[in-house]
Amino acid sequence: MLTAQNLHCVRGGRRLFENLSFAVPSATLLRVSGANGAGKTSLLRMLCGLLLPSGGDVLWRDVPIRQQREAYWRELRYIGHLAGIKDEFTAAENLIFAAALSGVNITASIARAALEQLGLARFAHIPVRMLSQGQRRRVALARLALPDTTAALWVLDEPLAALDNDAADCVISLIDARLAAGAVVVMTSHQPFTVAAELRSITIPV
Amino acid sequence: MSLWTLIVQRDLRIAWRRRSDALSSLFFFIIVVSLFPLGVGPEPGTLRLMASGVLWVAALLATLLSLGRLFAADHLDGTLEQMLLAEEPLWLVVAAKVCAHWLTSGLPLVLLSPLMGLQFGLQAEEIAVLTGALLLGTPVLSLIGAIGAALTVGLRAGSVLLALLVLPLYIPVLVFGAAASGAHASGLAVTPHFSILGALLLASIALAPWTAALALRISME
Repeated sequence: MLTAQNLHCVRGGRRLFENLSFAVPSATLLRVSGANGAGKTSLLRMLCGLLLPSGGDVLWRDVPIRQQREAYWRELRYIGHLAGIKDEFTAAENLIFAAALSGVNITASIARAALEQLGLARFAHIPVRMLSQGQRRRVALARLALPDTTAALWVLDEPLAALDNDAADCVISLIDARLAAGAVVVMTSHQPFTVAAELRSITIPV
Repeated sequence: MSLWTLIVQRDLRIAWRRRSDALSSLFFFIIVVSLFPLGVGPEPGTLRLMASGVLWVAALLATLLSLGRLFAADHLDGTLEQMLLAEEPLWLVVAAKVCAHWLTSGLPLVLLSPLMGLQFGLQAEEIAVLTGALLLGTPVLSLIGAIGAALTVGLRAGSVLLALLVLPLYIPVLVFGAAASGAHASGLAVTPHFSILGALLLASIALAPWTAALALRISME
Protein backbone atom coordinates (compact mmCIF):
# COMPACT_ATOMS: atom_id res chain seq x y z
CA MET A 1 0.00 0.00 0.00
CA LEU A 2 2.81 2.40 0.91
CA THR A 3 5.69 2.62 -1.53
CA ALA A 4 8.85 4.69 -1.52
CA GLN A 5 10.71 5.07 -4.80
CA ASN A 6 14.34 6.20 -4.86
CA LEU A 7 13.93 8.68 -2.01
CA HIS A 8 16.72 11.21 -1.62
CA CYS A 9 17.09 13.41 1.40
CA VAL A 10 19.36 16.43 1.66
CA ARG A 11 19.08 18.47 4.85
CA GLY A 12 21.17 21.58 5.43
CA GLY A 13 23.50 20.68 2.57
CA ARG A 14 24.19 17.24 4.04
CA ARG A 15 23.13 14.09 2.22
CA LEU A 16 21.23 11.91 4.70
CA PHE A 17 20.17 9.05 2.43
CA GLU A 18 19.73 8.36 -1.25
CA ASN A 19 18.00 5.78 -3.45
CA LEU A 20 15.90 4.51 -0.59
CA SER A 21 13.15 2.26 -1.94
CA PHE A 22 10.73 -0.03 -0.16
CA ALA A 23 7.15 -1.24 -0.40
CA VAL A 24 4.93 -2.04 2.55
CA PRO A 25 1.79 -4.15 1.92
CA SER A 26 -1.26 -3.84 4.15
CA ALA A 27 -1.27 -5.42 7.62
CA THR A 28 2.49 -4.95 7.84
CA LEU A 29 4.70 -3.03 10.21
CA LEU A 30 7.77 -1.31 8.86
CA ARG A 31 10.43 -0.66 11.44
CA VAL A 32 12.85 2.08 10.49
CA SER A 33 16.16 1.90 12.28
CA GLY A 34 19.42 3.74 12.04
CA ALA A 35 21.90 5.62 14.22
CA ASN A 36 21.07 8.99 15.75
CA GLY A 37 21.06 11.60 13.01
CA ALA A 38 20.80 9.04 10.20
CA GLY A 39 17.57 10.63 9.01
CA LYS A 40 14.83 8.49 10.55
CA THR A 41 12.63 11.44 11.48
CA SER A 42 13.26 13.04 8.08
CA LEU A 43 12.13 9.84 6.39
CA LEU A 44 8.97 9.68 8.50
CA ARG A 45 8.19 13.34 7.79
CA MET A 46 8.71 12.62 4.10
CA LEU A 47 6.28 9.71 4.24
CA CYS A 48 3.73 12.06 5.82
CA GLY A 49 4.18 14.73 3.17
CA LEU A 50 5.55 17.28 5.65
CA LEU A 51 8.94 17.23 3.98
CA LEU A 52 9.35 17.29 0.22
CA PRO A 53 11.82 14.63 -0.96
CA SER A 54 14.90 16.04 -2.71
CA GLY A 55 14.31 13.25 -5.22
CA GLY A 56 12.02 10.27 -5.62
CA ASP A 57 8.40 9.78 -4.69
CA VAL A 58 6.15 8.42 -1.97
CA LEU A 59 3.12 6.50 -3.23
CA TRP A 60 -0.01 5.56 -1.30
CA ARG A 61 -2.28 3.03 -3.02
CA ASP A 62 -0.10 3.52 -6.12
CA VAL A 63 -0.76 7.29 -6.36
CA PRO A 64 1.92 9.85 -5.43
CA ILE A 65 0.91 11.45 -2.14
CA ARG A 66 1.47 14.98 -3.46
CA GLN A 67 -1.41 14.33 -5.86
CA GLN A 68 -3.88 13.32 -3.16
CA ARG A 69 -2.89 15.47 -0.13
CA GLU A 70 -6.08 15.89 1.99
CA ALA A 71 -7.43 12.49 0.89
CA TYR A 72 -4.15 10.92 2.02
CA TRP A 73 -4.08 12.82 5.28
CA ARG A 74 -7.60 11.64 6.09
CA GLU A 75 -6.13 8.12 6.33
CA LEU A 76 -2.83 9.08 7.96
CA ARG A 77 -2.15 9.50 11.67
CA TYR A 78 1.26 10.91 12.53
CA ILE A 79 2.65 11.14 16.04
CA GLY A 80 5.98 12.88 16.07
CA HIS A 81 8.50 13.94 18.69
CA LEU A 82 6.36 16.89 19.69
CA ALA A 83 3.21 15.89 21.50
CA GLY A 84 0.96 18.37 19.69
CA ILE A 85 -1.04 19.02 22.84
CA LYS A 86 -1.89 22.31 24.52
CA ASP A 87 -0.91 22.90 28.14
CA GLU A 88 -4.00 25.00 28.80
CA PHE A 89 -6.48 22.28 27.93
CA THR A 90 -7.39 19.01 29.61
CA ALA A 91 -6.30 15.70 28.13
CA ALA A 92 -9.83 15.02 26.91
CA GLU A 93 -10.13 18.42 25.20
CA ASN A 94 -6.77 17.91 23.51
CA LEU A 95 -7.83 14.52 22.25
CA ILE A 96 -11.13 15.84 20.86
CA PHE A 97 -9.31 18.61 18.99
CA ALA A 98 -6.64 16.28 17.58
CA ALA A 99 -9.34 13.90 16.36
CA ALA A 100 -11.29 16.75 14.75
CA LEU A 101 -8.21 17.76 12.75
CA SER A 102 -8.18 14.29 11.20
CA GLY A 103 -11.90 14.60 10.49
CA VAL A 104 -13.03 12.33 13.30
CA ASN A 105 -15.71 13.75 15.57
CA ILE A 106 -15.70 12.17 19.00
CA THR A 107 -17.61 12.80 22.20
CA ALA A 108 -16.08 13.43 25.62
CA SER A 109 -16.97 9.90 26.76
CA ILE A 110 -15.13 8.34 23.80
CA ALA A 111 -12.10 10.52 24.60
CA ARG A 112 -12.29 9.38 28.21
CA ALA A 113 -12.42 5.74 27.21
CA ALA A 114 -9.31 6.17 25.04
CA LEU A 115 -7.45 7.89 27.87
CA GLU A 116 -8.52 5.15 30.24
CA GLN A 117 -6.88 2.56 27.97
CA LEU A 118 -3.58 4.37 28.45
CA GLY A 119 -4.08 4.57 32.19
CA LEU A 120 -5.02 8.24 32.29
CA ALA A 121 -8.63 7.92 33.47
CA ARG A 122 -7.96 9.96 36.61
CA PHE A 123 -6.20 12.71 34.66
CA ALA A 124 -8.71 13.19 31.82
CA HIS A 125 -10.12 16.42 33.18
CA ILE A 126 -7.16 18.33 34.56
CA PRO A 127 -5.03 20.69 32.45
CA VAL A 128 -2.21 18.89 30.67
CA ARG A 129 0.43 21.21 32.14
CA MET A 130 -0.05 19.39 35.49
CA LEU A 131 1.00 16.08 33.92
CA SER A 132 4.45 14.51 33.82
CA GLN A 133 6.45 14.04 30.62
CA GLY A 134 5.47 10.38 30.28
CA GLN A 135 1.83 11.16 30.94
CA ARG A 136 1.83 13.89 28.28
CA ARG A 137 3.29 11.40 25.87
CA ARG A 138 0.43 9.06 26.71
CA VAL A 139 -2.11 11.79 26.01
CA ALA A 140 -0.63 12.16 22.51
CA LEU A 141 -0.67 8.37 22.03
CA ALA A 142 -4.27 8.11 23.22
CA ARG A 143 -5.19 9.17 19.67
CA LEU A 144 -4.25 5.65 18.67
CA ALA A 145 -6.86 4.20 21.02
CA LEU A 146 -9.75 6.10 19.43
CA PRO A 147 -12.32 4.12 17.43
CA ASP A 148 -10.95 5.62 14.24
CA THR A 149 -11.88 3.44 11.29
CA THR A 150 -10.59 5.78 8.55
CA ALA A 151 -6.97 5.51 9.70
CA ALA A 152 -5.13 3.15 7.35
CA LEU A 153 -1.58 4.37 7.97
CA TRP A 154 0.10 5.13 11.26
CA VAL A 155 3.44 6.87 11.21
CA LEU A 156 4.91 6.88 14.71
CA ASP A 157 8.19 8.51 15.66
CA GLU A 158 9.60 6.79 18.77
CA PRO A 159 6.19 5.98 20.25
CA LEU A 160 7.71 3.92 23.05
CA ALA A 161 10.16 6.56 24.29
CA ALA A 162 9.47 7.89 27.82
CA LEU A 163 6.82 5.23 28.46
CA ASP A 164 6.81 2.74 31.33
CA ASN A 165 6.42 -0.99 30.57
CA ASP A 166 2.65 -1.10 31.00
CA ALA A 167 2.08 1.83 28.68
CA ALA A 168 4.52 0.45 26.12
CA ASP A 169 2.67 -2.90 26.17
CA CYS A 170 -0.60 -1.05 25.69
CA VAL A 171 0.74 0.89 22.67
CA ILE A 172 2.09 -2.32 21.14
CA SER A 173 -1.27 -4.03 21.59
CA LEU A 174 -2.99 -1.06 19.90
CA ILE A 175 -0.53 -1.34 17.01
CA ASP A 176 -1.22 -5.08 16.81
CA ALA A 177 -4.97 -4.50 16.67
CA ARG A 178 -4.60 -1.91 13.94
CA LEU A 179 -2.33 -4.16 11.91
CA ALA A 180 -4.90 -6.96 12.26
CA ALA A 181 -7.45 -4.55 10.78
CA GLY A 182 -5.27 -4.28 7.68
CA ALA A 183 -3.48 -0.99 8.31
CA VAL A 184 0.15 -0.11 7.61
CA VAL A 185 2.29 1.04 10.52
CA VAL A 186 5.66 2.72 10.10
CA MET A 187 7.60 3.36 13.27
CA THR A 188 11.00 3.97 14.74
CA SER A 189 11.97 2.57 18.11
CA HIS A 190 15.13 2.05 20.07
CA GLN A 191 13.31 -0.31 22.42
CA PRO A 192 12.87 -3.95 21.42
CA PHE A 193 9.27 -5.03 20.75
CA THR A 194 7.39 -7.85 19.03
CA VAL A 195 4.16 -7.82 17.04
CA ALA A 196 1.99 -10.67 15.81
CA ALA A 197 1.74 -9.33 12.25
CA GLU A 198 4.41 -9.30 9.58
CA LEU A 199 7.37 -7.09 10.42
CA ARG A 200 9.80 -5.64 7.93
CA SER A 201 12.84 -3.62 8.78
CA ILE A 202 14.91 -1.09 6.96
CA THR A 203 18.07 0.47 8.24
CA ILE A 204 19.20 3.87 7.08
CA PRO A 205 22.96 3.70 6.58
CA VAL A 206 25.02 6.51 8.09
CA MET B 1 -19.01 21.03 15.06
CA SER B 2 -17.08 22.27 12.05
CA LEU B 3 -13.33 22.59 12.21
CA TRP B 4 -13.64 26.35 11.67
CA THR B 5 -15.72 26.95 14.82
CA LEU B 6 -13.60 24.49 16.77
CA ILE B 7 -10.36 26.36 15.94
CA VAL B 8 -11.84 29.81 16.54
CA GLN B 9 -13.25 28.70 19.90
CA ARG B 10 -10.00 27.04 20.86
CA ASP B 11 -7.87 30.07 19.98
CA LEU B 12 -10.25 32.40 21.82
CA ARG B 13 -10.02 30.19 24.91
CA ILE B 14 -6.22 30.14 24.70
CA ALA B 15 -6.20 33.93 24.34
CA TRP B 16 -8.47 34.20 27.38
CA ARG B 17 -6.21 31.96 29.48
CA ARG B 18 -3.19 33.98 28.34
CA ARG B 19 -5.02 37.28 28.42
CA SER B 20 -1.98 39.22 29.62
CA ASP B 21 -0.53 38.80 26.09
CA ALA B 22 -3.54 40.36 24.38
CA LEU B 23 -3.80 43.06 27.05
CA SER B 24 -0.16 44.04 26.68
CA SER B 25 -0.52 44.85 22.97
CA LEU B 26 -3.70 46.77 23.78
CA PHE B 27 -1.87 48.80 26.43
CA PHE B 28 0.94 49.32 23.94
CA PHE B 29 -1.62 50.88 21.59
CA ILE B 30 -2.98 53.14 24.34
CA ILE B 31 0.46 54.28 25.45
CA VAL B 32 1.79 54.99 21.94
CA VAL B 33 -1.33 57.01 21.13
CA SER B 34 -1.12 58.89 24.42
CA LEU B 35 2.55 59.77 24.00
CA PHE B 36 1.91 61.94 20.92
CA PRO B 37 -0.07 64.73 22.63
CA LEU B 38 2.67 64.85 25.27
CA GLY B 39 5.40 65.11 22.66
CA VAL B 40 3.72 67.43 20.17
CA GLY B 41 2.10 69.78 22.67
CA PRO B 42 -1.51 70.56 23.56
CA GLU B 43 -2.37 72.69 20.47
CA PRO B 44 -5.96 71.43 19.67
CA GLY B 45 -5.74 72.16 15.93
CA THR B 46 -2.52 70.17 15.47
CA LEU B 47 -3.79 67.27 17.55
CA ARG B 48 -7.04 66.95 15.59
CA LEU B 49 -5.12 67.07 12.32
CA MET B 50 -2.78 64.23 13.24
CA ALA B 51 -5.21 62.09 15.28
CA SER B 52 -6.15 59.63 12.56
CA GLY B 53 -2.56 59.14 11.38
CA VAL B 54 -1.35 58.50 14.92
CA LEU B 55 -4.11 56.02 15.65
CA TRP B 56 -3.46 54.15 12.42
CA VAL B 57 0.28 53.88 12.96
CA ALA B 58 -0.27 52.77 16.55
CA ALA B 59 -2.79 50.15 15.36
CA LEU B 60 -0.26 48.89 12.81
CA LEU B 61 2.45 48.52 15.45
CA ALA B 62 0.12 46.93 18.00
CA THR B 63 -1.01 44.38 15.40
CA LEU B 64 2.60 43.66 14.53
CA LEU B 65 3.33 43.04 18.21
CA SER B 66 0.56 40.44 18.44
CA LEU B 67 1.37 38.69 15.14
CA GLY B 68 4.22 36.73 16.69
CA ARG B 69 1.64 34.80 18.73
CA LEU B 70 -0.34 33.70 15.69
CA PHE B 71 1.60 30.49 14.95
CA ALA B 72 4.50 30.48 17.44
CA ALA B 73 2.84 28.56 20.31
CA ASP B 74 1.31 25.98 17.97
CA HIS B 75 4.69 25.56 16.31
CA LEU B 76 6.51 24.96 19.60
CA ASP B 77 4.16 22.27 20.93
CA GLY B 78 3.71 20.45 17.61
CA THR B 79 0.05 21.35 17.05
CA LEU B 80 0.98 23.22 13.87
CA GLU B 81 2.47 20.04 12.44
CA GLN B 82 -0.81 18.24 13.08
CA MET B 83 -2.68 21.12 11.44
CA LEU B 84 -0.57 20.69 8.29
CA LEU B 85 -1.81 17.08 8.17
CA ALA B 86 -5.48 17.97 8.70
CA GLU B 87 -8.01 16.49 6.36
CA GLU B 88 -9.46 19.96 5.74
CA PRO B 89 -7.50 22.36 3.49
CA LEU B 90 -4.83 24.25 5.39
CA TRP B 91 -6.07 27.67 4.24
CA LEU B 92 -9.28 27.01 6.15
CA VAL B 93 -7.30 26.34 9.33
CA VAL B 94 -5.25 29.51 8.74
CA ALA B 95 -8.37 31.58 8.06
CA ALA B 96 -9.93 30.38 11.30
CA LYS B 97 -6.78 31.27 13.24
CA VAL B 98 -6.63 34.73 11.63
CA CYS B 99 -10.29 35.28 12.49
CA ALA B 100 -9.58 34.48 16.14
CA HIS B 101 -6.49 36.72 16.01
CA TRP B 102 -8.54 39.67 14.76
CA LEU B 103 -11.21 39.10 17.42
CA THR B 104 -8.57 39.25 20.16
CA SER B 105 -6.23 41.93 18.79
CA GLY B 106 -7.93 43.98 16.03
CA LEU B 107 -11.44 44.28 17.42
CA PRO B 108 -10.31 45.61 20.84
CA LEU B 109 -8.34 48.35 19.03
CA VAL B 110 -11.44 49.31 17.03
CA LEU B 111 -13.58 49.40 20.17
CA LEU B 112 -11.01 51.50 21.99
CA SER B 113 -10.42 54.00 19.18
CA PRO B 114 -13.44 56.29 19.94
CA LEU B 115 -12.01 56.82 23.41
CA MET B 116 -8.56 57.55 21.96
CA GLY B 117 -10.21 59.93 19.45
CA LEU B 118 -11.73 61.90 22.30
CA GLN B 119 -8.25 62.33 23.72
CA PHE B 120 -7.36 64.21 20.52
CA GLY B 121 -10.52 66.35 20.69
CA LEU B 122 -12.26 64.76 17.70
CA GLN B 123 -15.96 65.44 17.03
CA ALA B 124 -18.53 62.62 16.99
CA GLU B 125 -18.63 62.46 13.20
CA GLU B 126 -14.85 62.39 12.88
CA ILE B 127 -14.71 59.57 15.43
CA ALA B 128 -17.31 57.63 13.44
CA VAL B 129 -15.22 57.91 10.25
CA LEU B 130 -12.03 56.88 12.05
CA THR B 131 -13.64 53.91 13.80
CA GLY B 132 -15.37 52.78 10.60
CA ALA B 133 -12.10 52.88 8.68
CA LEU B 134 -10.35 50.92 11.44
CA LEU B 135 -13.16 48.36 11.42
CA LEU B 136 -12.53 47.72 7.73
CA GLY B 137 -8.75 48.04 7.92
CA THR B 138 -7.72 46.00 10.98
CA PRO B 139 -8.88 42.64 9.53
CA VAL B 140 -6.64 43.38 6.54
CA LEU B 141 -3.74 43.92 8.96
CA SER B 142 -4.37 40.51 10.55
CA LEU B 143 -4.75 38.79 7.17
CA ILE B 144 -1.61 40.25 5.58
CA GLY B 145 0.27 39.79 8.83
CA ALA B 146 -0.54 36.06 8.76
CA ILE B 147 1.57 35.69 5.61
CA GLY B 148 4.56 37.27 7.35
CA ALA B 149 3.97 35.26 10.52
CA ALA B 150 3.80 32.05 8.47
CA LEU B 151 7.05 32.84 6.66
CA THR B 152 8.94 33.63 9.86
CA VAL B 153 7.58 30.86 12.09
CA GLY B 154 10.42 29.07 13.86
CA LEU B 155 13.10 31.59 12.88
CA ARG B 156 15.38 32.94 15.58
CA ALA B 157 15.31 36.60 14.55
CA GLY B 158 11.72 36.17 13.46
CA SER B 159 10.15 39.22 15.04
CA VAL B 160 12.47 41.75 13.37
CA LEU B 161 12.16 40.01 10.03
CA LEU B 162 8.40 39.92 10.47
CA ALA B 163 8.31 43.71 10.92
CA LEU B 164 10.48 44.25 7.84
CA LEU B 165 8.30 41.94 5.75
CA VAL B 166 4.91 43.10 6.88
CA LEU B 167 5.15 46.85 7.49
CA PRO B 168 5.71 47.76 3.79
CA LEU B 169 2.66 45.65 2.89
CA TYR B 170 0.61 47.67 5.39
CA ILE B 171 1.21 50.94 3.51
CA PRO B 172 -1.93 50.82 1.30
CA VAL B 173 -4.15 50.19 4.32
CA LEU B 174 -2.47 53.04 6.20
CA VAL B 175 -2.74 55.45 3.27
CA PHE B 176 -6.41 54.86 2.49
CA GLY B 177 -7.40 54.43 6.13
CA ALA B 178 -5.89 57.71 7.25
CA ALA B 179 -7.00 59.46 4.05
CA ALA B 180 -10.65 58.74 4.89
CA SER B 181 -10.35 61.03 7.92
CA GLY B 182 -8.44 63.59 5.85
CA ALA B 183 -11.15 63.65 3.20
CA HIS B 184 -13.82 64.09 5.84
CA ALA B 185 -11.89 67.01 7.38
CA SER B 186 -11.71 68.81 4.03
CA GLY B 187 -15.41 68.24 3.40
CA LEU B 188 -14.99 65.60 0.68
CA ALA B 189 -16.88 62.31 0.43
CA VAL B 190 -15.41 59.45 2.45
CA THR B 191 -17.12 56.65 0.50
CA PRO B 192 -14.32 56.23 -2.09
CA HIS B 193 -11.82 55.55 0.69
CA PHE B 194 -14.18 53.16 2.41
CA SER B 195 -14.74 51.39 -0.91
CA ILE B 196 -11.01 50.93 -1.41
CA LEU B 197 -10.59 49.66 2.16
CA GLY B 198 -13.47 47.25 1.51
CA ALA B 199 -11.82 46.10 -1.70
CA LEU B 200 -8.53 45.56 0.13
CA LEU B 201 -10.39 43.53 2.74
CA LEU B 202 -12.09 41.33 0.13
CA ALA B 203 -8.86 40.81 -1.80
CA SER B 204 -6.94 39.84 1.33
CA ILE B 205 -9.74 37.50 2.49
CA ALA B 206 -9.47 35.77 -0.88
CA LEU B 207 -5.69 35.62 -1.14
CA ALA B 208 -4.03 35.88 2.28
CA PRO B 209 -5.15 32.58 3.91
CA TRP B 210 -4.12 30.66 0.83
CA THR B 211 -0.74 32.40 0.61
CA ALA B 212 -0.11 32.00 4.33
CA ALA B 213 -0.92 28.28 4.09
CA LEU B 214 1.61 27.92 1.30
CA ALA B 215 4.19 29.85 3.34
CA LEU B 216 3.55 27.61 6.36
CA ARG B 217 4.23 24.47 4.34
CA ILE B 218 7.54 25.94 3.19
CA SER B 219 8.72 27.14 6.59
CA MET B 220 7.69 23.90 8.35
CA GLU B 221 9.83 21.69 6.08
